[in-house]
Amino acid sequence: MSSKDQTAAGAETPRLELRDIGKTYPGVVANDAISLSVAPGEIHAILGENGAGKSTLMKIIYGAIQPDRGEILYDGQRLSHNSPAQARALGIEMVYQHFSLFETATVAENIALCLPGRMELAQLSARVGETAARYGLNVDPSRMVADLSMGERQQVEILRCLMRDPRLLILDEPTSVLAPQAVEQLFTVLRKIAEGGCSIIYISHKLDEVRALCQSATVLRGGRVTGTADPRQASAHDLAVMMIGGDLPVTEHPPAVLSVEPLLIVRNLSGRPLGDQGRALSDISLDLYGGEIVGIAGISGNGQAELAACLSGEATDLGAQMQLLGQPMPARADARRRLGLAYVPEERLGRGAVPGHTLTQNTILTGFTAGLIRRGMVRYAEARARAAAIIQGFSVKAESPAALASSLSGGNLQKFILGRELALDPKVLIVAQPTWGVDVGASAFIRQRIIDQSRKGAAVLVFSEELEELIEICDRIHVLSEGKLSPSIPRAESTKALLGSYMTGRGDPLATKEAP
Amino acid sequence: MALRIEPRRNVTTMTRLLAPVTAVVLTLLFGASLFWALGFEPLTTLYAFFIGPVTTLYGISELLVKAVPLIIIACGLAVGFRANIWNIGAEGQLIMGAIGAAGVGLFAPAGLGMLLLPLMFLAAMLAGMAWAGIAALLRARFSTNEILVTLMLTYIAGFILSWLVRGPWRDPMGFNFPQTALMPADGMLTPLDPRFRVTASVFFALLAVGLLWIFIAKSFAGYRLAVGGAAPRAAGYVGFSEKSAIWTGLLTGGAAAGIAGFYEVAGPLGQISAVISPGYGFTAIIVAFIGRLHPVGILLGGLFLALTYVGGEAVQVSYGIPAHITRVFQGLLLFFLLASEFFTSWRIIRSGGPV
Repeated sequence: MSSKDQTAAGAETPRLELRDIGKTYPGVVANDAISLSVAPGEIHAILGENGAGKSTLMKIIYGAIQPDRGEILYDGQRLSHNSPAQARALGIEMVYQHFSLFETATVAENIALCLPGRMELAQLSARVGETAARYGLNVDPSRMVADLSMGERQQVEILRCLMRDPRLLILDEPTSVLAPQAVEQLFTVLRKIAEGGCSIIYISHKLDEVRALCQSATVLRGGRVTGTADPRQASAHDLAVMMIGGDLPVTEHPPAVLSVEPLLIVRNLSGRPLGDQGRALSDISLDLYGGEIVGIAGISGNGQAELAACLSGEATDLGAQMQLLGQPMPARADARRRLGLAYVPEERLGRGAVPGHTLTQNTILTGFTAGLIRRGMVRYAEARARAAAIIQGFSVKAESPAALASSLSGGNLQKFILGRELALDPKVLIVAQPTWGVDVGASAFIRQRIIDQSRKGAAVLVFSEELEELIEICDRIHVLSEGKLSPSIPRAESTKALLGSYMTGRGDPLATKEAP
Repeated sequence: MALRIEPRRNVTTMTRLLAPVTAVVLTLLFGASLFWALGFEPLTTLYAFFIGPVTTLYGISELLVKAVPLIIIACGLAVGFRANIWNIGAEGQLIMGAIGAAGVGLFAPAGLGMLLLPLMFLAAMLAGMAWAGIAALLRARFSTNEILVTLMLTYIAGFILSWLVRGPWRDPMGFNFPQTALMPADGMLTPLDPRFRVTASVFFALLAVGLLWIFIAKSFAGYRLAVGGAAPRAAGYVGFSEKSAIWTGLLTGGAAAGIAGFYEVAGPLGQISAVISPGYGFTAIIVAFIGRLHPVGILLGGLFLALTYVGGEAVQVSYGIPAHITRVFQGLLLFFLLASEFFTSWRIIRSGGPV
């Protein structure tokens, strides 16, 4: 227990107090001697990188997993709940990063599903409307979830919790699916909830958000508490030191020298490349020159997967005019790769890598275009050597090239896949969500390698939900929203506000309407 | 309190290799108790079933005669199975192969001499491929389920065979038995030793094992199929064609089954009749799985399942136990195999409460 927390909580009994919580998985200490306390009505940040133990800790509080050691006090009472159902009965609610709504049901129906007892839908809708209005949420109970934007769905998730009068609300990386304007709206709602006396635990790795919203912060690194602070007063430097043990690394970004002709040309790409379930793309045109990095900003689900699949060759051909390195775009993904295109998909396991195959085998997956096949036979010795070189060059934490892809953590597998694609020395490189689940140090490394490849003359296209990342590495940025591509915005003019207005300019109520 | 299935961590290669062995042991234990329940002395009956037949050279020859088609077919099927392409109709492809070989043997002009056998071989292979090709075409074109198509085509093949041997191809000198005339001498394989029935087909079975090994362990085509089977989205990501995997998988199985049909016609049978296979095409599926789709495993699995055929005949002769006991043993083996594979990768635990 740190004395700082005590002062933050004042004389009141803390809503939640953790004492010396420990949880060990085979080979990994997920949580070690974690203590913290959250006062009633306090917004408390749990700050840490991916893999710092935040999720494990939240699952312990929510009853989804049992700690090996330590105790949990809730309103001063020792808690021994062992299921989320019991936690909910005590007024603990959790909003997960990935939503759990039924898309084919209305908002009211979704909310009814998680409330006890039977009730009239009309009556419930009225109650939902009341609660929404009280907290400034814009949710029409009669709308289908499938028709809602990600921001609206998150509001439904929060509303679902509010309907049960929570006393402790846990939010896990809630802004990863939101546009910048929607983040502001979310914060307004959360402050209002806290004013009502409900405590909020806000899990994040984004320093600026935590500093804008939270009254206290517990910083985790490697499963241990590395510090506590009042984030409104602590500097970003101090928080970064606690979180990653040093300053946020920066990338070097030399000026771009563009090729004369674009290496990738897309003209008037329209249609539904992934079938009826996917988003329709409308009239997308894009030029990508050698030597530059172009970013595609926007929330996932706005056509990012569709556009990437059209470029990689995985999607059905829509007959749009495309050129790769001055030639008509071949139909098949392998033919595009042979011309010099490489692609890092956002889904690593099962798409970017075969889970049950070794790293050597996964090197062949794309290395077949670059010397790993001779006369129809795989050159396994060369593949093994290349895999070993990738493991070393990209500091992939893997025992050997014989390790299975499924045994690697998400961040390590991402480093391996990116290393594998860069080993092909691609002329056109497409990367989706380059640093999802990757720790800060490795993220900087990955970004630097992407910049280096572009400065060697490659044309690079980066899809990312993290605006900071795009502004850091890209020479210009397009926003992809509802299947439409914005004009190109040069790096110098790329502000979060401008990009955000393109992201939400159409239809997202959080952007267009002010909360009451 | 509830039961839950969860994956096991750290399953070693050794454990995985032991799974089929465990299945064999459990099959023997269960088989022994079955004999005991039927009123036979379990150990002596088991001895007569599994050991007795291979104590003589003749018995070993018979074992090889039965193992050859199983190994050849299983090698072919393993190619498709590794890509999750489920050719269940090798029996039908074997029948069509036998018909192809017999057709050439019966109706090719005389005087081809040494050429007749290769022609029969080719005809059998193409007939098997054509039969599997129907399923490949339907799956690649219309996404038809190849399990159902190959299985149903097996029954059609059986009826075609039945019609041929009772109708147009019936031996006019055969006293109306449903069978064709014998193949001409040039269309028959000479046994390796005149006392036994086993022919040079054993070398072809070894060749099939070797080819499968090269395909799996060395070839890029085999690698592509493995990716398609293990992670179809990864195959799509790099542009490995699913259609070509479907065609390769099914045609290889069809070719192997057709060739097995040739070796039956040109070898032990010498003709075709209404029944030409004791279910080799189906048993080969068990062989492929007990061999973990690996060439060496298939070699051993083929020998073991051939033993169930030979042993079944042996206990029928010496104890009057119906030869269908063979099927019982094969079924038991498959059952225990699936169970031991399941428990290798998963375990059942009691969970504390509702989750």
